[in-house]
Amino acid sequence: MKEVKIKINNLSVYFNYIQALNDVSIELYANRVTSIIGPSGCGKTSLLRTINRMNDLMHGFRLTGEVLIDGVNIYEPEIDVVNLRKLVGMIFQKSNLFPKSVYENLAFAPMLHGIKDKKEIEEIVERTAIQAGVWNEIKDRLNENALNFSAGQQQRICIARALTVEPDILLMDEPATALDPVSTARIEELIFELKRKYTIVVVTHNMQQAARISDYTAFFYLGHLVEYDKTTRIFTNPANKQTEDYVTGRFG
Amino acid sequence: MNVKEEEFISQYSAAVSKKKLIKEKLIKYFFMINSLAAIFLILSIFIFLLYESYRAFEQIGIGEFIGKEISTPGGTAKTIYQWYPTSEEPRYSIISLLVGSLLTALPATLISALFGIAVGIYLSEIASSRSREILKPVIEIFAGIPTVVIGFIMLAIGATVFNDLFHPPNRLNAFLASIGLSIICIPIVASLTEEALRSVPNELRMASYSLGANKWQTIKNVILPAAISGLSAAIILGFGRAVGETMIVLMASGNAAELTFNIFRSMRSMTATIAAEMGEVSFESNHYYALFVIGMVLFVSTFILNLIAELILNKMRKKLRS
Repeated sequence: MKEVKIKINNLSVYFNYIQALNDVSIELYANRVTSIIGPSGCGKTSLLRTINRMNDLMHGFRLTGEVLIDGVNIYEPEIDVVNLRKLVGMIFQKSNLFPKSVYENLAFAPMLHGIKDKKEIEEIVERTAIQAGVWNEIKDRLNENALNFSAGQQQRICIARALTVEPDILLMDEPATALDPVSTARIEELIFELKRKYTIVVVTHNMQQAARISDYTAFFYLGHLVEYDKTTRIFTNPANKQTEDYVTGRFG
Repeated sequence: MNVKEEEFISQYSAAVSKKKLIKEKLIKYFFMINSLAAIFLILSIFIFLLYESYRAFEQIGIGEFIGKEISTPGGTAKTIYQWYPTSEEPRYSIISLLVGSLLTALPATLISALFGIAVGIYLSEIASSRSREILKPVIEIFAGIPTVVIGFIMLAIGATVFNDLFHPPNRLNAFLASIGLSIICIPIVASLTEEALRSVPNELRMASYSLGANKWQTIKNVILPAAISGLSAAIILGFGRAVGETMIVLMASGNAAELTFNIFRSMRSMTATIAAEMGEVSFESNHYYALFVIGMVLFVSTFILNLIAELILNKMRKKLRS
């Protein structure tokens, strides 16, 4: 019953002469939360940014292997990156709202992609803000500068903004690292809600968080995929010694 | 702790407090005195200008610096705005000079804003790091060309070419001078623009790309709005430089102290007036003091322009950091 959304075959990623990922093959499932864990420099973020081709912007990036979304290789030359990024939303470590009003932030992508009807944009703003659980806090302050909101609110507005392009997949790069425990809890609840509609891939440094929010967990070390399994299994009975050492805190 | 150890420690700390502290204090005062000297110099220049201008106002009258009322043969009074201090009936209106300065500085600012911002965008957002490394110093060299060389080129070559093509009423004119000014203002605006754009956090670019924006949309909708205050500061500083520049205007503008709003006519700027006349004026004459009034107007206006730009930049840095 689980459906493969993202299929990665023999993926190796290089930045100039540095290899960030080494022969990674993994299947990520629709409507599931997959956590990517591992020590710094293990290639977590490189993997994430390969899925929406944000690595294309990096100097000296090149890859071998395939990344298939719904069976289509997104690195085929005829793939339109704009359409891909509408399909794959991304949340960053630190909220990166534009120094504009909340409304302008949420209307940014719809207007960019050609929606002119003001009513339609307003509907998108409201719907995505409700989905991101931040509507009640912003609805009376839509014209206020987005940077006036608290860090937790800003991050949820970022999630709402990512939803405005109506993606299927959400990539989250340590979305709660910069937040206090209460805001973190809200983001985690939100991730749980969102997986009903979206395929979610979360990079996290926080192993408790991975255990709490994800259905599947992939452990990376030095660019290799060491182990990938159900989260419960990774944290209770990992097959690999390195995984066990990492999740029990013996190194990392 | 035994006695020997205590002795050692007290000796050691005494040595530290004496030698090192004196040295550190000396270093501190050396730098403090240097920066105070700079402030003192600027202040004394300002006071000097103020004092000499006061003498001018005292001897000539403030109203004279705006315009002079003369009676025409028909019997009606007429105000003329002319700078003609060596005439038998001297005229000290700095309005014509002020208009002259603006007539060269404003078009130059417009041109350098247009090209300078374009170059800044290219350097910051589009150029590869290699072409930036080559292009940036080349552009900055332009800002360092001695202005007399630019003035000379405009006078000798620019004027001839322009004259043959467009036949302006005067061979040397404000437009020619403003082209010359642009040559030094474009690099200023360009490098300040580049700095402003680069101070926009990379996360904002990432956010824009991740929402499916392309490069141009990202520049237009995200980066330029975020850096708008930096851009306006760049333009203001470019304008300040254009107003304060002397040699280019002196050589390329034709130097006619007439009130004109026609950009293709000869005119004269405030700076060129000081440069041209200060050497010939008799010491402590009315004319001599009048030149100081021009100096003060220039000093105050460029000071205010720089201050505004600095305030805008400060505000932007704070905003982007939050």
